[in-house]
Amino acid sequence: MKSLRVLVVVPCYNEQRSVAAVVNDIHWVKTRFGLSLDTLVVNDCSTDNTMAVVRTLDCLHLDLPVNLGIGGCMQAGYKYAYRKGYDIAVQIDGDGQHPAEGLIKLLRPLFDDQADVVIGSRFLERQGFQSSFVRRIGIRYFRWLNQLLIRKTVHDSTSGFRAFNRKTIEIVNRYYPDEYPEPEAIVQFGLHKLRLLEVPVLMEERQGGTSSIGWVQSVYYLFKVTLGTLFVYIRLRKI
Amino acid sequence: MESLPITIQVFSLIGTLIFLAFIARLIVRGKLREEYSFIWIVCAIILLVFAAWRDGLTQISRLLGVFYPPSLIFLTAIFAIICFLVHLSVVNSKLQNSIKELTQEVAILKKEVTDLQVPDKLVMANESQTNLP
Repeated sequence: MKSLRVLVVVPCYNEQRSVAAVVNDIHWVKTRFGLSLDTLVVNDCSTDNTMAVVRTLDCLHLDLPVNLGIGGCMQAGYKYAYRKGYDIAVQIDGDGQHPAEGLIKLLRPLFDDQADVVIGSRFLERQGFQSSFVRRIGIRYFRWLNQLLIRKTVHDSTSGFRAFNRKTIEIVNRYYPDEYPEPEAIVQFGLHKLRLLEVPVLMEERQGGTSSIGWVQSVYYLFKVTLGTLFVYIRLRKI
Repeated sequence: MESLPITIQVFSLIGTLIFLAFIARLIVRGKLREEYSFIWIVCAIILLVFAAWRDGLTQISRLLGVFYPPSLIFLTAIFAIICFLVHLSVVNSKLQNSIKELTQEVAILKKEVTDLQVPDKLVMANESQTNLP
């Protein structure tokens, strides 16, 4: 069971203060549970010293020469996982909001082949950082949109703490949404008839860096993701 | 309607020819790709036709039932511009997609090259973290 090879992809954009802790956290979980696991930090063309910090860490790293945003950044990691034949790919954000203890909860359903995609949710057991009020309204809206389109309920649709099995890696290797990929990807997975599973995890408030979404961008985010979701739906409906 | 004075006709002919020559020069120098020059050549030819055909615009307007001929110019020009802008957006999206693919490819290749250059450094790095700066 533990022969499955896991790649943890850590997308980073200006996370020089938090990335070291994140990687060490993952390493700790790896040695504690004896996992066959590699950590891949993907530096999305950071303008601070993230890359210098990452080089000193015990991990693999990709250095994107052009800033692609979280979608393109993650896809680079997934493409790497696909090519190197990893069985499972996990996303853990570089800002430290996903404590690595949750990793085991995410991996177990994949080891047992109970799901294709496992999403770590902060809302199933209302513990830890619950996000701000406005963001929770947005998340609720995306939940409703997902229910409408794929008839599946994902409580924390914007969660970036997710694990994919090989089948899913093959899909995201071909196409993964740009910019704000999380809610869109859920619809994509739903239409590919993948088994989605949500597990409760703890999340923390970010330790370093700034969110990819500020106040001004919230409205843009809402429209962009709604449009993206609808078009993914139209494109993949016939599968 | 009185016909236009000959001078403005000569001017517009010369202007259009200069524009055509400019487009041609851009293509020759490799600054404009042929597929994007196509629309500009078509535009120049249309301008040439109307510069030569003195009351073409009035006749076409009458044919289409347009009361004020210049409004026909605006209508067609704006329509053409919007079409071209959409085309540019499509081209832009395609470029962005290509850049994304290339960036990911470069990042992965860069990693493979560094792995080849220091094959033992990585193995040691996995065992102890001391040999890294």
